[in-house]
Amino acid sequence: MISIYSCGMETFSVNGQPAEFEGDPATPLLWVIRDHIGLKGTKFGCGIGQCGACTVHIDGRAVRSCMTPVSGAAGKSVTTIEGLAPSEEKLHPVQLAWLEMDVPQCGYCQAGQIMAAAELIASNPAPDDDAIDQHMTNICRCGTYTRIRKAIHRASELSAEGS
Amino acid sequence: MSAVMISRRNFLVTGLTAAGGFAVGLPLGLGSAQADSASAGKIGFYVEVRPDNSFVLGTAQPEIGQGVRTSLTMLIAEELEVPWERVSIEPMPLGIVKTADGYTWKYGGQGAGGSTSVTDAWEFLRQVGATAREMLVTAAAQRWSVPVGRCHAEAGYVLCDDNGQRFSYAELAADAAALPQPEEPPALKPQSEFSLVGTPRNTIDARDIVTGKARYGIDTEMPGMRYAVIQRAPQLDAKVVSYDDREVRQVPGVVDVFKIDGPEPGAPYHILAEGVAVVATSQWAAFEGRRKLRIEWTESPWKDESTETFWAQTAELLSGEGQVVRDDGDFVGALSAADKTVEARYQVPYVNHAPLEPQNCYADVREDSVHIIAPTQSPSGSNRAAHTITGIDREKIRVDMTRVGGGFGRRLTNDYTAEAVLISQKIGAPVKLVWSREDDVQHDFYRPSGEHEFKAGLSADGKVTAWTHRLASASKYYRRENVAPEDMYGAEMYIDDFPAGIVDNLRIEWLAVTSGVPRGSWRAPAHTANAFTVQSFIDEVAHAAGRDPLELRLELYGDNRELPYGQHGGPTFNPWRLSRLLKHVAKEIDYGAERPKGRAVGIASHFTFGGYAAHALEVEVGSQGELDIRRVVAAVDCGVVVNPRGVEAQLQGGTIDGFSTALNLEITVDQGRIQQSNFHDYRIARMAEIPRNIECHILPYGDTPTGMGEMGIPTVAPALTNAIYNACGVRIRKLPIADQLAKQLS
Repeated sequence: MISIYSCGMETFSVNGQPAEFEGDPATPLLWVIRDHIGLKGTKFGCGIGQCGACTVHIDGRAVRSCMTPVSGAAGKSVTTIEGLAPSEEKLHPVQLAWLEMDVPQCGYCQAGQIMAAAELIASNPAPDDDAIDQHMTNICRCGTYTRIRKAIHRASELSAEGS
Repeated sequence: MSAVMISRRNFLVTGLTAAGGFAVGLPLGLGSAQADSASAGKIGFYVEVRPDNSFVLGTAQPEIGQGVRTSLTMLIAEELEVPWERVSIEPMPLGIVKTADGYTWKYGGQGAGGSTSVTDAWEFLRQVGATAREMLVTAAAQRWSVPVGRCHAEAGYVLCDDNGQRFSYAELAADAAALPQPEEPPALKPQSEFSLVGTPRNTIDARDIVTGKARYGIDTEMPGMRYAVIQRAPQLDAKVVSYDDREVRQVPGVVDVFKIDGPEPGAPYHILAEGVAVVATSQWAAFEGRRKLRIEWTESPWKDESTETFWAQTAELLSGEGQVVRDDGDFVGALSAADKTVEARYQVPYVNHAPLEPQNCYADVREDSVHIIAPTQSPSGSNRAAHTITGIDREKIRVDMTRVGGGFGRRLTNDYTAEAVLISQKIGAPVKLVWSREDDVQHDFYRPSGEHEFKAGLSADGKVTAWTHRLASASKYYRRENVAPEDMYGAEMYIDDFPAGIVDNLRIEWLAVTSGVPRGSWRAPAHTANAFTVQSFIDEVAHAAGRDPLELRLELYGDNRELPYGQHGGPTFNPWRLSRLLKHVAKEIDYGAERPKGRAVGIASHFTFGGYAAHALEVEVGSQGELDIRRVVAAVDCGVVVNPRGVEAQLQGGTIDGFSTALNLEITVDQGRIQQSNFHDYRIARMAEIPRNIECHILPYGDTPTGMGEMGIPTVAPALTNAIYNACGVRIRKLPIADQLAKQLS
């Protein structure tokens, strides 16, 4: 899909594709991503920035898209779970680690968890448990935290190995 | 709650004949004529062989995170003799068929509740795989003109023992599908020959999840679809007096606003609450429109209900006599003859299910058909809800199931399907209804709250001679027409639970609290409250008797024997299997070791829906009440293990759910209104609040499996509060633990 997102005079990209949105600039980025762009991997969980199911990257920084007005993405580069992997065949190290550690149960929070973890690994290539605790504030209702922790450590190794 | 009305048992007797002439007693139609699609490689409902010799296996059960898409598929694949790496899954819709005796299942029972999926499917799905395999073998034998006995299946091929040739399943599928189905299911392989079942397997569709491709109900998009939200009554059972929608209709995208009639207070319900629906061309417009609604509500009939009045009511009830639901021996006599008596009361709060995917449902009501797409634990309940509202024949109501973003019992109730159907019917177009988090926290069928009173009598030598458990609670049988008042206790007290059948003089009583708060099934229903209270009290009894809590449990659980168990999870209960787990976790945690002041171990064990679990925790409590959960050892005996990786996931997740709930979760009421509204004040535990490692131990037993969705939770809270008592002397008798330690110690 190629469309241009204009917020006032600004535009931004989603997963490398320029796009267009003509609605209220206060509309949360979450709903623009889900309902206007049609990328459903980013989830709605609480609408107040608590659970993190809606986590996406704006210029590489993890944000809660349910609390970010679309105007806040103006001129910036948005990455969603669909755009995290370098290619269809080659997954991101965090995604690979998530598969290896068999993290998901219901899976609903996992896109947000993965986006949060990807930011952590990018800024801190070998996070210790305290760093993980501090960074990972997303809610998993199924209780996959044990495996998320293992997967982040594993992603750190995979990243170092260059996969 | 609209429970499944179709008998699971009925299916095996009549299901297949009703579905179109299949052999009686064989739980699957396997002839090609009976397949749902005309695909050349389709052998019956569940098995599809692709031209590249890969295998698409149907999954009929709701996947709510309990792992059935993986574990149940393993059962088919084991007997089908196909390499797991070449297996993928295809979700199946609800299958119901009308017969002279009512409706029956087309694909086998469908519904996720009570941890029954693996148990119920254990033989059936292996027969599905075995039958398809035998048809493929027969097709090959016919091509080679050799007896079937000279052929065997292996890794997706049929091999001929005489000529050394082989055919792939793909080469045989069309012939196999045209064969008559065997009259009897083939013999199943002995468990010693399993090559897949019992091996650890990762979630089969996990790649879709980690790449954002997995589709949940909330992701549904269909042509011409509208988006809807409902503003429901903020106070329990309040009604709409009037509403002003002028500003709502100014919001770009809003197309309609109308009232949704709620049920009368106390009457059976189809939806939870009365409200006003806002329909729009986008989800955000619907939410924005709703913010502008001005609604005048009637006074709630429950306006005087609060959490305080609830506890006042339980105290008042417990001062009187209850309904005696079990009475063994001579409890009164034994108690008065006791050398020592112990008593305690415990309080368990209402809690919210809070699945992370908010409730939602797509409904397209046409003149003579309905299409539902929903995250549901009970697709037949969803179908029935749509039928009740529209009157349309149930076979014309299609229910498609998506992956479900958490269940926890909430989605056994299909009120949100009913709402979506009402809206689609009214606007004459397809609609997706979505709840906000606030809607979900404030409008739930909450886990029942209650106050538990225990008394025990001890002999001079420290034996338990008398035991009573009295519970004042509001039954989870909420507004049910078909449950008599004298049967309401059955949802709250499982009368054959420990120590029934073990302590000779035992009395169980239930007292009905009047509350307007809706109640329903919450993961492991009454086992959460009863394991917390019974397993706390057994420690209190042990301390009063001057005995070790582990040693007392082992004595009471006794020898390896089956006791009758009449509730779900029976027909028998073997308390010795709890001893086996307890000994294991005690050894792992070094139960008898000396520990520094402020540090101690607590244990608990419980039988839940056929499965056995135990926890041993080591905690440290600081001088100001700081709680540090240092070690968590969990053990489960769920019989035969189908997928150890999945069992471990459920045990970890159940344990974490147990911590989260015991530590902080509580729904409170004031003036007939739920006081919590979102995750800022209903604080599901974050990662930092949960112990970093959960040590999981799986102890297989016997030759049949039980489910695993629920047994990981109940023992967490009592093991934790027992450990806390042992560490600092504070006995937590009210959940959640919250700030009680800080208040009592600092």
